[in-house]
Amino acid sequence: MTVFDKSTEGRTGFFLPKEESYGYEPSDVLPENSVRKESPLLPQLSELQVMRHFTGLSEKNYSVDGGFYPLGSCTMKYNPRLNERIASLEGFSQIHPYQAEDTVQGALEVMYNLQNFLCEITGMDSFTLQPAAGAHGELVGMLLMKKYFELKGESNRKKVIVPDSAHGTNPASAVMAGFEVIEVPSNGNGRVDLRSLGEILDENIAGIMLTNPNTVGLFENEICEIQEMAHDKGALLYYDGANLNAIMGHARPGDMGFDIVHLNLHKTFSTPHGMGGPGSGPVGVKSILKDLLPVPVVRFDGSKFSLDYHLPNSIGKVRSFYGNFGVFLKAYAYILTLGGDGLKRASEMAVLNANYLRTRLSKLIPTAYPGLCMHEFVLKGSKLVSEYGVKTLDVAKRLLDYGIHPPTIYFPLIVDEALMVEPTETETKEALDNFADTFERILSEAKEDPNILKAAPQKTVVGRLDEATASRKPKTRWSKDT
Amino acid sequence: MPGFPYLPQTSRDIDEMLEVVGVKSVSELFKDIPEKFEVDISIPESKDEFSVLRDLSELSKNNVTLNDLSVFRGAGVYKHFVPSAVQAIASRGEFLTAYTPYQAEVSQGTLQMLFEFQTMICELTGMEVANSSMYDGASAAAEAALMAVRVRGGKKILLSEALHPEYIQTIKTYCFGSDIDVETVSFDSETGQIDIADLQKKLTVDTAGFVLGYPNFFGIIENLAEIRTRIGEKTMMIVSVNPIALGLLEAPGKFGADIVVGDGQPLGNSPSFGGPGLGFFASKESHIRKMPGRIIGETKDSDGRTGYVMVLQTREQHIRRNKATSNICSNHAFNALVASIYMSIVGSEGLREIARRSFDKAHYLTERISKTDHVRLVFTGPFFNEFVAQFDCDLEEFNRGLLKENILGPLELERFSKEMKNYGLICATEANLNEEIEFFAGRLEAIR
Ligand SMILES: Cc1ncc(COP(=O)(O)O)c(C=O)c1O
Repeated sequence: MTVFDKSTEGRTGFFLPKEESYGYEPSDVLPENSVRKESPLLPQLSELQVMRHFTGLSEKNYSVDGGFYPLGSCTMKYNPRLNERIASLEGFSQIHPYQAEDTVQGALEVMYNLQNFLCEITGMDSFTLQPAAGAHGELVGMLLMKKYFELKGESNRKKVIVPDSAHGTNPASAVMAGFEVIEVPSNGNGRVDLRSLGEILDENIAGIMLTNPNTVGLFENEICEIQEMAHDKGALLYYDGANLNAIMGHARPGDMGFDIVHLNLHKTFSTPHGMGGPGSGPVGVKSILKDLLPVPVVRFDGSKFSLDYHLPNSIGKVRSFYGNFGVFLKAYAYILTLGGDGLKRASEMAVLNANYLRTRLSKLIPTAYPGLCMHEFVLKGSKLVSEYGVKTLDVAKRLLDYGIHPPTIYFPLIVDEALMVEPTETETKEALDNFADTFERILSEAKEDPNILKAAPQKTVVGRLDEATASRKPKTRWSKDT
Repeated sequence: MPGFPYLPQTSRDIDEMLEVVGVKSVSELFKDIPEKFEVDISIPESKDEFSVLRDLSELSKNNVTLNDLSVFRGAGVYKHFVPSAVQAIASRGEFLTAYTPYQAEVSQGTLQMLFEFQTMICELTGMEVANSSMYDGASAAAEAALMAVRVRGGKKILLSEALHPEYIQTIKTYCFGSDIDVETVSFDSETGQIDIADLQKKLTVDTAGFVLGYPNFFGIIENLAEIRTRIGEKTMMIVSVNPIALGLLEAPGKFGADIVVGDGQPLGNSPSFGGPGLGFFASKESHIRKMPGRIIGETKDSDGRTGYVMVLQTREQHIRRNKATSNICSNHAFNALVASIYMSIVGSEGLREIARRSFDKAHYLTERISKTDHVRLVFTGPFFNEFVAQFDCDLEEFNRGLLKENILGPLELERFSKEMKNYGLICATEANLNEEIEFFAGRLEAIR
């Protein structure tokens, strides 16, 4: 039942202070057609009804708090509650973006320090915290490229190279900055194919977008060669930092020659995913690009923090104000808590957990690529199709019946029937073992009676939903008559 | 006590796992990374949570909080009363620590909530369809401009000069990316509304959309009916709204708006130094396939039970890649939750009352201002709860004085335009109690 079905005319959960009105009537003062005739239909409920409605909804959700969530590429690690508490301190949550600078010195200090931490962790020279998510950071990165070549008088560079294993946001972001996207294929080892790369690299290429480790969980071990090839042709190298969790504290994209980096604070730095956001996608650059960053930039003169809007070559702004400050605080608290030693340890344990689970699962189902992985790995479900007639989707749905969130499925696109598993460092060995055992059980079910998988899930609040009809005739809002 | 926060592996676990993997040490797992890249980063050592909490609580005290102030400053971020239940419900881990509802069967809470959110946004804006959130109001407005070009063709976007300056900057940046021309339309210096003559002058056959604020940045209510007829059907009318104002102002959908966007911070989200708020995005049914962002729809499972799923995913980057309607992936679902809870508690009556009080208090302030020669109301156009006043004193100095009395005074518009020296943007909401209004009015009248 929706919140609207529970609504009763005249009921409310909201009471304002008792106050006299000054007597200004909108209908007396405003032009007649500006005054709303019909109230928006918002639900009318008591506070307790609202509480119960949303509590009921929350109980229909799977979450990291509730169980193992090995969603590849998304780094569903534990979200420490200390960070939530810090972000809700009134000195941080109750400040206005247009307060005078001397009344928000604490906030600016957090931003300044966080930028410096991110520079240190990635090996970049400057950071902007403005982008609201990874994809937003990619857009900033691509706009920086565009502006950079425009200023250099090389506007002929209208193409960006993206591996075929890349996340969908990469090509989409490049296009939003006006670039044409060229795909470079992966080789048999799941890495960028250097021969093909060499063939498409020329003076019309603005940059290469790479994820490292890449989306199949492998480190691009020929990164030095790629870096040289790109820079030799005058192109810039872009780092999608969605997978930084694998190498944080060990190696830095800046040292590998990347010119632009975006990070996902909502992955690597433990800020909660909130059902899809808010995230935060800070962008770091080498000094050649620092004057092009979005405004404002936080400065410190040794005694006072300030916001600098005077960057004549800035790409401008990609959103209002300074970014998702509430998210910065959580990432900042996370870095302070784990420390340099803990960040390094976290990525070690992320890689260890992934390799342990990979080893166990690879006895059941082939991995897409042989050998060690970084923080995640990809399984190839195609064997299940040929042997048992079940698809990756069926396995995923059956996992739901066992109370486990499935891995990312059907991504990356270069692996048939892909299952992409990222356990993260915050999971215990017992949780990994339980996942492997469950997986094994499901595969024996597949062997004995594939219909169990095809009919799954059975234990969830709804079964498989008809997505096709939902998209053909979309019903995207509640209405009274249905 | 060994170990690090949040890392559960005991040394025995580690040994056992290494053995299963078949390597001798953890560092062997990193062998693909060329040795020369190995680094030691210089970040302070790990700390217990109690020390971190103490340090950051201390640091937070270097900020003056709105809780200690009478706030007469809005300009995109507003102080409103927020019922305690909003935070209490929203902070449930089942909401906070879930991700995008890729597995619909175990995400019905998220999906139904977003479906309800979309409904509420449609109701507020008077539009037929809404998506499940964007990053913020400014980026939503920019995406609306891109969508107008997708739908209408053409390569020019017109922006009202009275749109929020940060929205103008954001739209310009997005349009730079997509090689779309941007021109601004001036406002009438007397009324503060769009200069219709200038609008008509700049309108050309290849103008895909016109973006304006309602109320605009100066608090002024635009004449949407007239603008709609003047720009004609070929050009999309893109209206950026303050959702609270829609408790009292006619919905833009009623005037034939093509896209309505806005920032949902005022709907129960904390100011948080400007983020995260949330962008909302609504349009007409006929354009749904050109919209950016995730959209939730109602459907049935094989047993006929009602459920919710993400619909029209073929518009999105994970399927359509370089041909997607937008690159947006993560959005601001959590802030949409906050807004949904807020709207469910205040209800339609509550929203109208909040809007009415904000309107009432702001208008009373202008009445008081009219009694002094030292502060002048700049625009004559109708307004909601914000207005521009010109001061014949140094506004920054005046504000410094106010701050000593715990008042966050008018926003100095000089920061956006040199010509607006000593112009202040003043805002009142239901959270300004009458005694605060009286006190502040007294300060305005006391200017000599
Ligand atoms: C590899 C990769 N790149 C980019 C993104 C986009 O990040 P966001 O969802 O924060 O926009 C993601 C996550 O979804 C990702 O996994």
